[in-house]
Amino acid sequence: MNSFFARKYVVQGIFIVIILILLSRLFYIQVISDEYFLSAENNVIRRLPIYPARGVILDRNNKILTQNEPVYDLMLIPREVKAFDTLKFCELIGIDKKGFDKRFKKAKNYSPYKASIFEKQLSVQTYASFQEKLSEFPGFYVQKRTVRRYPDSIAAHFLGYIGEVNQKVIEKSKGFYSQSDYHGITGIERSYEELLRGQRGVSNFMVDALNRPQGKYAEGKYDTVAVSGDNLISSLDKDLQKFGEQLMQNKIGSVVAIEPATGEILSFVSSPGYDPNLMVGRQRGNNYMELLNDPYKPMFVRPIQAEYPPGSIFKLVNALIAQQYGLINENTVFSCPGGYRYGRKGFMGCTHVHGAVDLRKSISESCNTYYGYAYSRMIDFAGMRPVNAFKRWRNSVSAFGVGSKLGIDLPGERDGLLPSDELYTKRFKSDRWGSAFTISLSIGQGELGITPLQMANIAAIVANRGFFYKPHLIKAIGEKKIIKEEFVKKNDAGIKPQYFKTVIDGMSDVVNQPNGTAWYSKIVDIEMCGKTGTVQNPHGKDHSVFIAFAPRDNPKIAIAVVVENAGYGATWSAPIASLMVEKYIKKSISRPQIYVDRILEANLLPGAAVKSKPKTKIASDSIAAKQTNTPKNDNVKNE
Amino acid sequence: MNNQRSLFFNVDWPIILTYITLCIIGWFNIHAAVYDPSNPSIIDLDTNYGKQFFFIISAFIIGLAILLLDSRFFNTFSPIFYGITILLLILVLIIGRNVGGNQAWIPIGSFRLQPSEFAKFATCLMLARYLSSGTIKIQDIKTQLFAAFIILIPTALILLQPDAGSALTFSSLILVLYREGLSGYFLLIEGLAIILFVLTVLYNKYLVLAGVLVAAGTWVYFNRKSQNMIKVTGWGVLFSVLFIFSVDFAYNKILKPHQRNRIDLILGKVDDPRGIGYNLNQSKIAIGSGGLWGKGYLQGTQTKYDFVPEQSTDFIFCTVGEEWGFAGSFMVVILYLFLLMRIVNIAERQRSSMSRIYGYGVASILFFHIFINIGMTIGLIPVIGIPLPFLSYGGSSLWSFTILLFILLKFDSNRMGIN
Repeated sequence: MNSFFARKYVVQGIFIVIILILLSRLFYIQVISDEYFLSAENNVIRRLPIYPARGVILDRNNKILTQNEPVYDLMLIPREVKAFDTLKFCELIGIDKKGFDKRFKKAKNYSPYKASIFEKQLSVQTYASFQEKLSEFPGFYVQKRTVRRYPDSIAAHFLGYIGEVNQKVIEKSKGFYSQSDYHGITGIERSYEELLRGQRGVSNFMVDALNRPQGKYAEGKYDTVAVSGDNLISSLDKDLQKFGEQLMQNKIGSVVAIEPATGEILSFVSSPGYDPNLMVGRQRGNNYMELLNDPYKPMFVRPIQAEYPPGSIFKLVNALIAQQYGLINENTVFSCPGGYRYGRKGFMGCTHVHGAVDLRKSISESCNTYYGYAYSRMIDFAGMRPVNAFKRWRNSVSAFGVGSKLGIDLPGERDGLLPSDELYTKRFKSDRWGSAFTISLSIGQGELGITPLQMANIAAIVANRGFFYKPHLIKAIGEKKIIKEEFVKKNDAGIKPQYFKTVIDGMSDVVNQPNGTAWYSKIVDIEMCGKTGTVQNPHGKDHSVFIAFAPRDNPKIAIAVVVENAGYGATWSAPIASLMVEKYIKKSISRPQIYVDRILEANLLPGAAVKSKPKTKIASDSIAAKQTNTPKNDNVKNE
Repeated sequence: MNNQRSLFFNVDWPIILTYITLCIIGWFNIHAAVYDPSNPSIIDLDTNYGKQFFFIISAFIIGLAILLLDSRFFNTFSPIFYGITILLLILVLIIGRNVGGNQAWIPIGSFRLQPSEFAKFATCLMLARYLSSGTIKIQDIKTQLFAAFIILIPTALILLQPDAGSALTFSSLILVLYREGLSGYFLLIEGLAIILFVLTVLYNKYLVLAGVLVAAGTWVYFNRKSQNMIKVTGWGVLFSVLFIFSVDFAYNKILKPHQRNRIDLILGKVDDPRGIGYNLNQSKIAIGSGGLWGKGYLQGTQTKYDFVPEQSTDFIFCTVGEEWGFAGSFMVVILYLFLLMRIVNIAERQRSSMSRIYGYGVASILFFHIFINIGMTIGLIPVIGIPLPFLSYGGSSLWSFTILLFILLKFDSNRMGIN
């Protein structure tokens, strides 16, 4: 024992203090903080997503419209790559060295440890030959995915397409999607995405420090299986759709057919269309740009996005509303001297001098004068200020589904246009205006914009004598064949059933009487009721419009056809509609082939005639050049 | 020699039991660290745990042999041990095998000898022998210099390997000198120096200088009546300034980049868990993921799947932390604390100052290893490659710690003897 014995306590004190520091730090990182626990999981556990099969879309007769097809993505984990024959590799998958370096760098930048896609969607042949030599290329592997395939190449606008998610979608999905997942971008693929995509499964497995798999995590306790997406039974009739697309080829416009009793859409043609298979596969980007730059805008979903003044088909709506108001009845007669005079000097011309016209004849012969008077009664002589009468009229029209979205189960539907009284009050700087100011509305011209879907819906309302179901594309979801509640709700158009009789008589005359505007489109054995329309087009040739339903009693189909720049409704739209109706009801066409061929072969694209001219010219030039051979070649060049 | 009726007469059993417990804990954790789930086997002499089994058995034999020897043997031969060690340290620089950048091993057959490990007990013995010789007074500057000389020769030779970790071990012997009467100021200065070092590396040196001046000014103001205190503070400030500049210079110009990186990581100057911070980050993750009760024996994913580097040697504590949790870590740390306290108590009960000084040497060296090694795995101090006593894989380190400890036990069992 020497004098410094007490220093023993200092030394032991230092030991204790340091040990306590170690213990408290251990306590912090092991017990209090969970940061390290989570990091450890990230180190070891790899979550491999198991992709569910996307739901199949069927037509109303359970025929396949779109299904899944396997493709093979070439995956790469840069860290696991060892020296290999790059040249051979490039040859196998059909890329050059530069492309290889670029892709490799991209993958490495993303993560040296994690797998990323090196090359998307190898063809089955490439996959087969690559799979054999896979062992020569450590770090690479092939992942199976599925893409959409459309066996009949039809209904592109209706089905829509799927594509890779972008960053915005990933963030918005709150973790559902991750890089290089697919989702629906347009059409049904988009509006039913949540049902079609199914539930992704996860397989948790462990890896060591070199990312080598080390078996399942916790015996697969946290693994989940993938649940396939719901199959959708659509309302579309595949054969009818195919026929409609053929009839509409080389024309701009739409065909929308609805089953009036349910609101199910039987046919949804937007022309020009495109082959939905173009939006799948490696060439997708190029195809997409090409479609986007096409002057006829094939990506435009005309049935729900194109708006037209309805033209004479709107007379049906005015005839029904005026009857409902008690302002005209089936016996009301107006005199047509070849036009309707209004205001001080206004004159709205009519197609013919009809003389005395009753309601039935006003429809079958499409008399403008009649509707000038009827509209004037609704606005000027309704027992209220014209502005208020206009408001009432507008409400009645909107009950037909005009002027706002019908709520079809497709993205991108437009409202259309139904002008409000404010618009006119603002335009005329006073609310003291009457029917003379808005007389175009009486015959469906002026500030009206109606989509082909809304036109078809008007046909369905008349077919049903006063009500409609929301037009929709999907009639049953999944195994249990669920139908959305909103699609079985009856919507009232606000017109009593008895007012439809005379209107429908007139519509029947349009098709079935020799003096009707669409006599040419009469169908043997089926009483189709329709109304033609010719829409004034300030930019070119008038648009041809026709709406109809058939048969008269217990209608099976209501249809609207719009062909842009085609002239009279009776010339093109009505025959197309009648063929569609016959095809749907009889499953066969009774008319001579020449009747069908006339439509199939017609090219009504604006500029089609101009376009075809240089083609023939070039052809003849080349023939000339061939015949005369070299000496004349210079001449050709000089020209 | 009546006292020595049996081999274990008067031997301190608590220490021996703690020692054996730690060796066994070490063996199990080495087994877990190198455990290959696809090829489980218990004893395989080719694996680390197979070899460690052999090392433990041989360490026990060495311990027994030491207890059999006469304690005067160590006293008498300490200069010779010291001399041989110095020779080996020189030899290793010439014929040693370079492993991982350090020329620290002399190959003997299939095993490799690490002289720096044996320098620990040899230096302790030599220091004890010198300081216990009759006329020495530690307050003499000559004594201090000679003691420093004994410590610094092996330190310098080990630094040449270069093995900074092992070399730093010898700095812990300042505790021995302190116990023997070295002024407490030395400890204080060492503490202040560490604080200044950290601040200088972390912040701008001029900022630290300003801080020192402000602190000194305040101190002088409150002690303005004491001439002596002002003088001491003045010297303190002068040395602080010199120290700050030399640290700045050493850090930026002398330290190798990897050493600078290690310091930067600990002080939080850089954050790079994939690159230079990989070891430290993985080590913290392994220990931190253990939770309160751990993942269970052989269930540690971080260690089993090789995320932690050097996991059976320097980072063996990761396995303890991950598989046995805070409960297991606590037990191991408390065992070490018990060992240290017991060694100090044993040292103090010695009659001979040689034994006492040696005891403090043992405690200091063990303490330094425990503190640095565990502190490193949990990110308290820079990554310095030194083993955890009795737990880490490796023959040389286990043998040298065993020799270190058992010589003390031998001294202790003979404490009633004359000496």
